[in-house]
Amino acid sequence: MIAAALIAILVGMALLLIRAFIGPTLYDRVLAVNSFGTKTVLALGLLGFVMKRPEFLDIALTYALINFISTIAILKFFRYRSFQVPLVRRPGGSSNG
Amino acid sequence: MQGVLANDMGIALVNIFLLAILFVVAVAIARMRSLFAIVMLSGIYSLVSATWYVAVDAVDVAFTEAAVGAGMSTAVLLGAMLLTSRTAKPEHLFSRIGPMLVCVATGAALIYATVDLPALGDPNSAANTGVGYTYLEINWYDTGIPNVVTPVLASYRGFDTLGETTVVFTAGLAVALLLGFGERSLAEMIRREDKGGARTKGKGQVPTAAKDEEPS
Repeated sequence: MIAAALIAILVGMALLLIRAFIGPTLYDRVLAVNSFGTKTVLALGLLGFVMKRPEFLDIALTYALINFISTIAILKFFRYRSFQVPLVRRPGGSSNG
Repeated sequence: MQGVLANDMGIALVNIFLLAILFVVAVAIARMRSLFAIVMLSGIYSLVSATWYVAVDAVDVAFTEAAVGAGMSTAVLLGAMLLTSRTAKPEHLFSRIGPMLVCVATGAALIYATVDLPALGDPNSAANTGVGYTYLEINWYDTGIPNVVTPVLASYRGFDTLGETTVVFTAGLAVALLLGFGERSLAEMIRREDKGGARTKGKGQVPTAAKDEEPS
């Protein structure tokens, strides 16, 4: 059962890879990479159970955090063209901080 | 026994699939011209290789790969893209031959080197005949830490690890000092010189991201 789920996740990875290759706009690719990270997390969790070592779930959690942070970084980069802008808007102030 | 064998086969199939994905992504990175797509694909490459490291039981390497490859280096590459153009220039056929020769030679040397490697779990290999077995025997009585790698790094070779950490910290500090932060950062300076005094660009103005659709 878990092996079937793992195979499904791997097929989903392949589909996302196609989207990342041909994706016409930037956002298709950003979304593909983000979903690919999620698929990686799921695959790691399932792989831990297949290999009889469910402790790998911790690593999967860390991957989820890294994936989230890198997606935020990419999107921030495309919104502001720079990493030196704070994400929080000051009330009443301009957005460039 | 049969179940264990089937499990091993499954893991092997997962390994083959992940390596195939790595190969496809590497070819796509080599063929693509849009730098942004290449950065995104390099992130995917890191994620897949990290998964593969976990599948072959190298968890610590996988951790580093995920943190540095998928997280940090994507951000750094995006920052580097800020300083250059968005697409790579097509290069001549002749200039591809040199790098290809280097790659083929390196790959051939590595494959040649694998012939000399001992088999996995070979009791006569260098890793198993030296001090390693002693560590396995006395580690629990010395330190009481179940993972053998941790006491070897932090207890038996504690000073060594301290030195390594100092070196890595100093290197990171030097890089941070060179690049700088905030107003004085190198990227900001280069951009300002590029614009030739057009100071207002990129600081206050928020560019629309909708124009970012790629031509290809």
